[in-house]
Amino acid sequence: MKMTVENDPDKCVYCGGCVGVCPVQAITLKDTKIIIDKNKCINCGACVSICPVGAMKLKK
Amino acid sequence: MTDYDIIIVGAGPAGLCAAIETGKEAKVLVLDRKQEIGCPKRCAEGLSLRWFKKMNLKPKKEWAVQEIKGAELYTPNGKSIKMKAKKAEGYVLERKIFEKELAIEAVKKGAKILMKNQVIGAEKKDNEIELIVEENKEKKKITCKIVIACDGVDSLTAKMLGLNTKLDLKETDSGYQYEMTGITGYDENLLHLFFGTDIAPRGYIWIFPKRKGTANVGIGIGAYEKETAKYYLDKWIKTQDGLKNGSIIEVNAGVIPVGGFLEKMQADNLLVAGDAGHMVDPIHGGGIGIAMEGGRLAGKHAIKAIKENKFSEKDLSEYTKEWYKLSGNDLKRRLKGRHLLEKLTNDDFNYLVDSINVEEALRIGNGTLTKKDKTILFTKKLITRPKLLKLMIEYARD
Repeated sequence: MKMTVENDPDKCVYCGGCVGVCPVQAITLKDTKIIIDKNKCINCGACVSICPVGAMKLKK
Repeated sequence: MTDYDIIIVGAGPAGLCAAIETGKEAKVLVLDRKQEIGCPKRCAEGLSLRWFKKMNLKPKKEWAVQEIKGAELYTPNGKSIKMKAKKAEGYVLERKIFEKELAIEAVKKGAKILMKNQVIGAEKKDNEIELIVEENKEKKKITCKIVIACDGVDSLTAKMLGLNTKLDLKETDSGYQYEMTGITGYDENLLHLFFGTDIAPRGYIWIFPKRKGTANVGIGIGAYEKETAKYYLDKWIKTQDGLKNGSIIEVNAGVIPVGGFLEKMQADNLLVAGDAGHMVDPIHGGGIGIAMEGGRLAGKHAIKAIKENKFSEKDLSEYTKEWYKLSGNDLKRRLKGRHLLEKLTNDDFNYLVDSINVEEALRIGNGTLTKKDKTILFTKKLITRPKLLKLMIEYARD
């Protein structure tokens, strides 16, 4: 099954770190929301590694 | 005819300094996606005196809230070294107020600022740039001759215009911070830096006082550590008597580009500055001063481009060249220093602190070791530690 990246809005402090490390520009930050374009996302996990608060998770 | 000569994306220290530099001589618009300038901060707010001088800034008590006279470094085995000068060596800022001052100055110079305006598209058309900007779900097109992208680590503007500013994970730190009050036991005239691979792998914990009893308490660690920055900071605070009963009045996070310097900070009709251009000191991760200098320089080159009507990537490359001369090459040397620090174990760190003096440590950090330093270090102080000696020789070799 394909893995997907998900953002947990309860943990997220919308610092935009995930946006900066995404190699395919699949993530945008709008106000206090992280929006992930699932079509662009390659599930590389860069955003998961960098997130200071553990708000990005790879899910099955 | 374009709507503006220059559009600056991002109203942080870099963008606002670019606006101050250009506002008088060109029609300038500053766009920011956020609703408030200087907030939420992704920063420990320290600015050394050297940058005040370089940027011709006078510290005002409204935003230069705490005078700093030095630093105290804490080693993994619990020792500390204090470096305290008689006079101020820098300040901890209240960035919300500081950046609003910069914004007021930029507008006085003639720039226009729009908040809650997010750039969602950018395209080069003939010899101008068309930005698609969203405000309250409405989209509008705004054109200009040149864009200065100062939109931080999450910059997408430069990428939209063909310049890859992606962060290299290996050279990016993950940062987390609380502004705390009701804390005790730390000299408010010093920055306090705590080292150790257990408490802050590939990084350090800081306490930057903002007044007596109030400080930014934060951590920066490598991107590939097992746990999150928040985990390490929370765990450490519980072990500190002066902190564990304090109150948290602000939660901050951010990622720090600590050394993946861009070879090129320009594209056709585009310049980048600040965090978006990875303008950060690789050792301490500070970036306010460098961003301001970068923004000012980008502004200078944007004006030059407009006067000469030359906006090609090649014409604008003078900006990158001048930035490297001004700060970039120095930062590259400091990157080498950080790579050395990362290889040190707790044991190495304790040994080094015991065997070298403060001046030597500073020269190692700045990459300015003299021949005499090297001789003493290699033949006397490190000779009994072959691994450390090897690391140091590798580092000192140019």
